Amino acid sequence: MKTVKILGAVVLVAFLAAFNVNSVAGYKVGDIATDFSLKNVDNKKVSLKDIKDAKGYIVVFTCNHCPYAQAYEDRIIALDKKYKKLGYPVVAINPNNPEKQKDDSFAKMQERAKDKKFTFPYLLDEGQKIYPQYGATKTPHVYILQKTAKGNVVKYIGAIDDNYEDAAAVKVKYVENAVDALVKGKEVSVKETKAIGCSIKA
Amino acid sequence: MNRVKIGVGIMLFLGVMLTSCNKKTETEAEKTSEPVTELQKNNAPTPLKVYTKDGVSVKAYDFDKLEYFLKQKNDTTYVVNFWATWCVPCVEELPHFEKLNVKYKQDKVKVMLVSLDMYKMVESRLLPFIKEKQLKSDVVYLRDPDQNTWLPKVDSTWSGALPATLIYNKDRRKFYEQQFTYEELEKEVSNFK
Repeated sequence: MKTVKILGAVVLVAFLAAFNVNSVAGYKVGDIATDFSLKNVDNKKVSLKDIKDAKGYIVVFTCNHCPYAQAYEDRIIALDKKYKKLGYPVVAINPNNPEKQKDDSFAKMQERAKDKKFTFPYLLDEGQKIYPQYGATKTPHVYILQKTAKGNVVKYIGAIDDNYEDAAAVKVKYVENAVDALVKGKEVSVKETKAIGCSIKA
Repeated sequence: MNRVKIGVGIMLFLGVMLTSCNKKTETEAEKTSEPVTELQKNNAPTPLKVYTKDGVSVKAYDFDKLEYFLKQKNDTTYVVNFWATWCVPCVEELPHFEKLNVKYKQDKVKVMLVSLDMYKMVESRLLPFIKEKQLKSDVVYLRDPDQNTWLPKVDSTWSGALPATLIYNKDRRKFYEQQFTYEELEKEVSNFK
């Protein structure tokens, strides 16, 4: 009887494990997002709570090597320029394992941040521990958080805008619209969007 | 029951109307484009553009046009792989799709490789890649930047990460946001017979 029980437990655990892999993990809009302490390109650790005067954050999972991420680099810089002063700074995180993707090494991140004159932290998710909690699957992948008494609430998940190819041809600026709404104390109307990106290499 | 019949009747009528419209554009397309492959015969949509370089050519479609290839209703099982030349895991699994396409040719399995390369890379990277790797499967280029609109039409669960694969026939449809080994791919396809 005992063996049956143990066997049953084993089967149940195996089943749950299998189920977990298949179900989409990570945050949904409305969830409280975790803070972190990750190494920035200046070798200092950065946490969301340390960023002064923030009303929220534009957390962007991005990287060096991905052509889609590259296509959005200038637009990410522009987002920080526009929204940092309104209380929504950009915090960029490279989720890739540099051992799997050489172009996303910490040294290369430092080079890129310098070349492109990043005005925001560019952090390495060492050990690839933070991105799975958020549920990021690709770069670029944006999470807009609003700072509240309960914690940092996820208000938007998805793409930066509707045209990776040509910034001039963009019709809908998803991230800007969302942050504009939050700044005005309004509800974000488009809370989730999807876009092609490079799968994260853990 | 009658209502259902009328409904079906209307749909058939609309279907005929739509196909006859398509046929017109198709004949126009045939005049200008490269020889049509097996998959693209009949009512195949007109490409936005046909890129050609060094004897290799690839047709470009927006999603509305591409959707035709994701909704075939015949006795073939289609394996549609979404990839890009810059996507390392995609390039790694590409030989498996090529192998599958050759091995199951007689068994009505057809592979289609949908490239999501950046449009600036079609001539500089995609076409040379097809030539260098001597890809035998059908390769088409999807140029449709409004991804939030079309991604969910491929599959509601697709987050947008590459590689991704859709396997379907007239009875079944399954989507995979993952990288395949050859064994896994062959096993999945065998479930469609």
